[in-house]
Amino acid sequence: MGFFDKLFGGSKNSGSVAKERLQVVLIQDRVKMPPGTMNKIRDEIIEVISKYVDIDTEGMEISLTKSARQSRLVADIPILRSRQNGRR
Amino acid sequence: MNFFAFFILLPSPFCLKLERTWIIMSATIMTITSGKGGVGKTTATANLSAALAAKGYKVVAIDADIGLRNLDVVMGLENRVVYDLVDVVDGVCRIKQAMIRDKRIEGLYLIPAAQTRDKNAVSPEDMIALCDQLRDDFDFVLIDSPAGIEQGFKNAVAPADKVIIITTPEVAAVRDADRIIGLIEAEEQGPGELIINRLRPDMIKRGDMIGIEDVLDILAIDLLGVVPDDESIITSTNRGVPATMENHSVASQAFKNVATRITGETVPFLDLETQETFLQKLSKFFSSL
Ligand SMILES: Nc1ncnc2c1ncn2[C@@H]1O[C@H](COP(=O)(O)OP(=O)(O)OP(=O)(O)O)[C@@H](O)[C@H]1O
Ligand SMILES: [Mg+2]
Repeated sequence: MGFFDKLFGGSKNSGSVAKERLQVVLIQDRVKMPPGTMNKIRDEIIEVISKYVDIDTEGMEISLTKSARQSRLVADIPILRSRQNGRR
Repeated sequence: MNFFAFFILLPSPFCLKLERTWIIMSATIMTITSGKGGVGKTTATANLSAALAAKGYKVVAIDADIGLRNLDVVMGLENRVVYDLVDVVDGVCRIKQAMIRDKRIEGLYLIPAAQTRDKNAVSPEDMIALCDQLRDDFDFVLIDSPAGIEQGFKNAVAPADKVIIITTPEVAAVRDADRIIGLIEAEEQGPGELIINRLRPDMIKRGDMIGIEDVLDILAIDLLGVVPDDESIITSTNRGVPATMENHSVASQAFKNVATRITGETVPFLDLETQETFLQKLSKFFSSL
């Protein structure tokens, strides 16, 4: 970090900002997903899974990660309780 | 190619000529491309062609940037252009007539692009046919691709045995490189190899430039070399003498290393981190007074 950055209150290095911005933009590029599609996927996943278990929709996280040259969709869905158990 | 490379290791030029008479060459066709414009495709093509020829290989550089001819001036051969790539494709001349022999290095040739035509004057099939004609007579064919992902890019990449993607450590250039990598993989010409150009070690040290490792993480392809941002590239381009032909700058060495890796030898990557920046040199100079 340069002298002036330090002087004016340690914002992030522009190099790491660049890296983060790249990672995000490449996920969108690679999956060719129009903006908004991600939210639709999220809503439909909630709909399907909620049929069987109660889920914590607030704590739910959907992200796209990349390993080698493959992108993967990762859904992390906290389960409150199983519907089966609830019924009993 | 590997077979031939074995013989080229023989020290005497006499042996080299002798072997050539009975070993059928089969050129490796390499296209240098980038997506984004102005990141160093033409510079890399000129410097790598010269460096490979200096090693004793027979090399032809092809300017596929039709309408924006540049490789001729970067190589300093602009006054010797008679015929061009489109003339060959149109059958106006034979391929040998369009090849300009570089008198400074044995075994170096240029096929210039047409300046007054557009990219549609040539098709990918034309490029494949043209390169096939060169296979028997050369060790390496280096194609300077135009920027973009349209016809000109497709023409340049179609005949490639190996695609070299060049980028600078900047968001837009790396993003475009990613797009190119995706496209060449879709054409099953991947995965390609990467040159990172115009690196500024001083800025990386400050954290103000995306680092080599980060670029490789993001693009997930093999690294062929890293070339620093270097004034010698501009001064040598001003004179029309590729840096690998004349000077001993860091960038020139970096391009020579890339050329060596292309021939299949392993060379350690330059430790650019320890290269002194101009300011560091300056402050050392003053403190030594
Ligand atoms: N390592 C380097 N250090 C300093 N300057 C460089 C370096 N590499 C390239 N340049 C300069 O950057 C400019 C663009 O380079 P070049 O023409 O090779 O890019 P290009 O990718 O072929 O561009 P285009 O997309 O227009 O064909 C030139 O002025 C060149 O001298
Ligand atoms: Mg160019």
